[in-house]
Amino acid sequence: MPSINQFPAGTLLPNFRNLGVILRVLLVVTALTVMAAMLKSSTWNGFMQQWLAIVAVVQPIAIVSVLVLGAANAGLHGIDYRSAVAVIVLLEVVITLGVLKFGAAVLEIDTDNGVRDALFAVVTTLVLIGYFNLRNRALSPALSEARLQALQARIRPHFLFNSINAVLSLVRAEPRRAEAALEDMADLFRVLMADNRDLAPLENEVELCRQYLGLEQLRLGERLRIDWHVDNMPRDALVPPLVLQPLLENAVYHGIEPSVEPGVVSVNIYHVRDQVHMVLRNPYRRDGSHHAGNKMALANVRERLALHFDAEASLQARVGDSQYEVHITIPYVKASE
Amino acid sequence: MSAHPQALKIVIADDETPARSRVRDLLEDCASSFPIELVGEASSGIELLSLLQDSPADLVLLDIRMPGMDGIEAARHLLKLPEPPSVIFTTAYDDYALKAFELHAVDYLVKPIRLRRLHDALTRVRAITPLRLDVLQRVGPEPRRHLSVQERGKVTLIPVSDIRYLRAELKYVTVRTATAEYLVEESLSRLEQEFAEQFVRIHRSCLVAKAHIAGFEKEAGDGGESRWRVVLAGIGERLPVSRRQQHVVRQIGRSLA
Repeated sequence: MPSINQFPAGTLLPNFRNLGVILRVLLVVTALTVMAAMLKSSTWNGFMQQWLAIVAVVQPIAIVSVLVLGAANAGLHGIDYRSAVAVIVLLEVVITLGVLKFGAAVLEIDTDNGVRDALFAVVTTLVLIGYFNLRNRALSPALSEARLQALQARIRPHFLFNSINAVLSLVRAEPRRAEAALEDMADLFRVLMADNRDLAPLENEVELCRQYLGLEQLRLGERLRIDWHVDNMPRDALVPPLVLQPLLENAVYHGIEPSVEPGVVSVNIYHVRDQVHMVLRNPYRRDGSHHAGNKMALANVRERLALHFDAEASLQARVGDSQYEVHITIPYVKASE
Repeated sequence: MSAHPQALKIVIADDETPARSRVRDLLEDCASSFPIELVGEASSGIELLSLLQDSPADLVLLDIRMPGMDGIEAARHLLKLPEPPSVIFTTAYDDYALKAFELHAVDYLVKPIRLRRLHDALTRVRAITPLRLDVLQRVGPEPRRHLSVQERGKVTLIPVSDIRYLRAELKYVTVRTATAEYLVEESLSRLEQEFAEQFVRIHRSCLVAKAHIAGFEKEAGDGGESRWRVVLAGIGERLPVSRRQQHVVRQIGRSLA
């Protein structure tokens, strides 16, 4: 099951197919070209000329490198770190010299100093590999696992005690419903207390949300209505556990509880090509008596999405006139059968 | 729970149906050793007040967190009843309120309520210290949603959102809505503090509801000076803006434009 540590232990290579990694490579390379141009010129005009000349050569190299490394990603992660670094450095030297040789004909640039250019390529590559090494060390496995653990969604005590109270009220009159409610609570807390570092199938998360909302409905009754649009959801998509439940808890706490009138919480999950969209909506009243802004759950989910998917996931919250909407987009990663 | 002459008359107020039925079960358990009469149940503060008008009670088991009007605000209004009932607050989890309750010796029960705790509370109930308004103000510092007036033994609620203006007159404050006028025994400066979000002072003795300001008009005063007057939605009256509060016209006028 893919997770934060989806690479063999001890591997500090980045995932070259990740959008965030690709962006970072291109950004760092561009930053280096700016520095190089600054060193070689003293005036603004001179700098722009130098920079354009350098970028014209370097960007094609960077783009080809990104493509090649993306293609070689699986292979690189199959071998040990030292060999992988050696292969990458070698690849970069070949790509650099290749692009320059080809470019000399097309772009009419001087390629008189192959050794110097190859050296530049090696240094840039090592800087980048070093950067990703440090970044991966900082984020994973130990540190990011610790952070994930700290970030694990916490249930509101308010919900826990109110639910226990609701179940107690059922024990005498409707023992069977009380049993079912306790079973739901057990499932919910099993997940809440579990080690949730690994991604899990979306259908598990949706089932958990149903159980959670069932408990809320027990105490709120008619006041809470739920509108499910999940018939077309990709059941096998992998999502961080507890990605939706804390947000639904927010929706009930801020959208339903402060209002005497019944309200609708809607859950809409679908996928467009290789992206999974999850949209939650709840009524929203500006003058709600509940203490405004418990942004904890939102920040928590956002950070966990970033740790799992980097720049490929997004979470947007929108406040409308009478509605609050959270829209999550994540890459469609299928659970391996 | 028979109608024993000395029975303790109890009302349960909680917005969650299962929470009410749980308290009902426990009261039934207490009933064997304690004469109790369950007068009624309310699912909001407003319902509670109208229930108490018709059927007075000795004790209210009052949930703090309720939509529309929370328990603490309801307790403030029910103090206006001719014979206010004792109040025991109930809450599942409310760190802030519980600290305040401890501080001011306000009675409360934590949900899920234990039979023995409830039983103890009922035996002590005649000795419960009556709630005081200033204590409730400190315990629930959030602005009320309603003002209340007592008329011939009845408590009338005035939703704050309906109020057009508040004007100080001698000992009282006049509360004006689109359809009616009331006198409340409160101080205008206290009201100004509590409702700073919704009301703005236009005169030494007058606060108007920002949401109902329809515009401003100029009136030629004596001596060639002109003065601004506030036009409020739904009422014909115009209220003068004092010279010291002229800046209000600019601030609010800008947001109206």
